[in-house]
Amino acid sequence: MNALENRASGQAQEVPAAAGQAAPVQASEVGVVRGVGKRYGTFTALEDVSFAVRENVIHGLLGRNGAGKSTLMRMLAGHALPTAGSVGVFGGNPFENDAITQRICFAAETQLYPDHFRVKDVLTAARLLYPTWDQPYAEELVDLFNLPKNRQIRKLSRGMRSAVGIVTGLASRAPLTMFDEPYLGLDATSRQLFYEQMLADYIANPRTIVLSTHLIDEVSELIEHVLVIDRGRLVIDEEAELLRGRAVTVSGPAGTVDEFTSGMTRLHEERLLGQSRVTVLGDAQAPQHARALGLDVQPVSLQELVVRSTSQANPEKAGEER
Amino acid sequence: MDEGRPIFQQIAEQLENAIIDGSLPEGTQAPSTTELAAFHRINPATAAKGVNQLVADGILHKRRGIGMFVSDGARGQLRERRRLAFAEQFVVPLVEEARKLGLDADELKNMIDKAGPEVGQVGITQEGKR
Repeated sequence: MNALENRASGQAQEVPAAAGQAAPVQASEVGVVRGVGKRYGTFTALEDVSFAVRENVIHGLLGRNGAGKSTLMRMLAGHALPTAGSVGVFGGNPFENDAITQRICFAAETQLYPDHFRVKDVLTAARLLYPTWDQPYAEELVDLFNLPKNRQIRKLSRGMRSAVGIVTGLASRAPLTMFDEPYLGLDATSRQLFYEQMLADYIANPRTIVLSTHLIDEVSELIEHVLVIDRGRLVIDEEAELLRGRAVTVSGPAGTVDEFTSGMTRLHEERLLGQSRVTVLGDAQAPQHARALGLDVQPVSLQELVVRSTSQANPEKAGEER
Repeated sequence: MDEGRPIFQQIAEQLENAIIDGSLPEGTQAPSTTELAAFHRINPATAAKGVNQLVADGILHKRRGIGMFVSDGARGQLRERRRLAFAEQFVVPLVEEARKLGLDADELKNMIDKAGPEVGQVGITQEGKR
């Protein structure tokens, strides 16, 4: 019926293999991250991270500040090299490989531009860079986000710089489009506008999207695949809908709760006066089984699941992620 | 959408409700997955999963190149399934709570009568237009 439903049978991307090592890419995968590590001196930003970026899927890259999300995206975009492992995108190593990077758009508020660049210069540069660029759509987005086309980028507010990234990312129509916390400085109305535009454009022009965010509640229904990074390690790599069915918080008499949760991954646990409340990652039947045992069952939102899955202590060098 | 419950199930239930209450009659075309995704602001793959579950159950069927349609007999099939689930979903918790509160069967019956004097006729009077 439409490209989104046919993507399982999508053809392998053919891009000449680049110099240097690249992880082999499967037919329905546009990117493969294999055993990737990144060290800055003694600081380990990423350690042994492996996952696939699936074709025409919206991925949510979630985790705390400093967890390594931006580092990972920069590697996928070909802006940085891992110190261990390999990154492959569209069948080759993306690092400084034009044939591959023109199919990748990485939108971040921290993007640096030449000092004199105005909003319209950024759009012109993007039009020259991306073969898939859609100029009328870019103009439409500039109007929607009220961007002053003649103003210099360095004179824009943080929210406006974010909006420039959003316009570039959406209008690039790049087969792999990545947004790194694209909402910084944007108010709720503009964020909603971004989510609506992203979904509508994805439906009309299916492509692979990676979206890093803290505002999980805002995007949880847009994301198809969830990747959670905690202190440089990948802790969740699963379909959002499967996670939603599996994670529950059960409470009741401690003995019954213990019996029910034995063998499951316990994400969080509280006890008081013989009563116990435990958040677990069970299977799809877990909620039914728990109710049958007389336990109270509460659903767990994606946001809560991520909070429970990531360490509560402040990450080392919080805020280092840039 | 409810948090914490698979969205595709909620999409499937909403379509089922529309078929049961007659707003999506048998033989008519169901909304496409892209329409569902755009309307509910959800991922289209999730919407497709909900629709595909109804196809697997025989509630919807695909006409190549056109879209999804409500199957003949879908409404009866859904009502039958919901009736079977009704006792477990609604009556058992009701009786349990009544027992906790010390309500006896007569008091319970009175309450049901009060809540809907026509309850005995619900199945007839509201058929097809609920």
